[in-house]
Amino acid sequence: MNISSQLWLAAVTCFAAIFTNNILLMYFLGLCPFTSVSREVKTAFGLGVAVVFVMTCTAMLNWLAFRYILAPLNLEFFRFIMFIIIIAAFVQFVEMVIDRYSPKLYHALGIFLPLITVNCAILGASLFMVIRDYTFIVTVGYGFGSGIGWLLAILAMAGIRQRLAHARIPRGLDGPGITLIIAGLMALAFIGFTGVLG
Amino acid sequence: MSPNGGTLGTRQIVFDGLWHNNPVFRQILGICSTLAVTNLVLNTLVMCAALTLVLSASCLTVSLLRRFTPRNIRMMVQTLVIAFYVIIVDTSLKGYWPDMSTALGPYVGLIITNCIIMGRCEAFAGTNEPVPAMIDGFFNGLGYSILLLAIALPRELLGMGSILGFPMPYFSTVWDKWIIMVMPPGAFFTLAVIIWVCRAIKPREETAA
Repeated sequence: MNISSQLWLAAVTCFAAIFTNNILLMYFLGLCPFTSVSREVKTAFGLGVAVVFVMTCTAMLNWLAFRYILAPLNLEFFRFIMFIIIIAAFVQFVEMVIDRYSPKLYHALGIFLPLITVNCAILGASLFMVIRDYTFIVTVGYGFGSGIGWLLAILAMAGIRQRLAHARIPRGLDGPGITLIIAGLMALAFIGFTGVLG
Repeated sequence: MSPNGGTLGTRQIVFDGLWHNNPVFRQILGICSTLAVTNLVLNTLVMCAALTLVLSASCLTVSLLRRFTPRNIRMMVQTLVIAFYVIIVDTSLKGYWPDMSTALGPYVGLIITNCIIMGRCEAFAGTNEPVPAMIDGFFNGLGYSILLLAIALPRELLGMGSILGFPMPYFSTVWDKWIIMVMPPGAFFTLAVIIWVCRAIKPREETAA
């Protein structure tokens, strides 16, 4: 495959990861922070941006590690541990760099970074990339798109939940229940994008 | 809330795991990696068995290792223990039941990041004797499995008109298949309804999440 068709494929994958294959609404990954951190738009945005960044970078790192370390050694089954270590190390590293060079950004994103290590969406994106056998360029598109899709979903949810603050909700449904129903409606809307691009 | 000391009765542990502290509707934890496979009852069963196995085995191991684990690296140790069991489950599934392995996709691997396992290791197994820790892990896994089956049964029945792949009398003939139930939104709606029902049965002061 030549480079331009690869780029096109990456763009399509990216678009699909944002809308039709949204990692949160279609694959249910990263649902725990989604239900607990979606009370305010500002915090949701902070977490979302951190997810986009970490997901893109770790997808690339994990692709390289899988392709050049695990695959030649026939250690594919070892990928779970490898990916987790890479993700944890990367998050730690970014935290230190941000802390050193940009205290302001650290204050904005700092508390979210440790949360991300256990975000299943990050590991999930890397596992999907292995299963679907993406090339490197496509992986970049996929990681970035998945991150943006997650950001979009949690941002929309936080916006809706702020409006809901004054709504009257049945008592048992208040909190996680209503969040899940909204997520279901959002998933329905996102399914509507099916077939937009090839 | 989290029990400490080793004197907790088995009955108490069992009941806590199944109902009082049920991981899903009490704590909304760990639904991420499993909700995706609840569109078919069979997949759910396999996934739940895998999760319960990993959960009880890791609780046992973490509890056995608790005296030798330095406190500041315990998270790392727990993650590695969990990953070890997940790899065993994943490879054996791939070897003996390749179709199921393909159907479950990455979700078996994602058991590693399932918050329930880490949560039980941290809250219970790290401070308790091995046997209660294993019982705790097992019944938390069971409580979780029952809930997921409660999601999977209506989804497959309403969406495909079958249960475990067997066509059901009314639903496969007269009933118009409700496709949205086997698609992702169906999982969200079903879980929301189940949480609603459970909370209505047993209202309890909610701790702010």
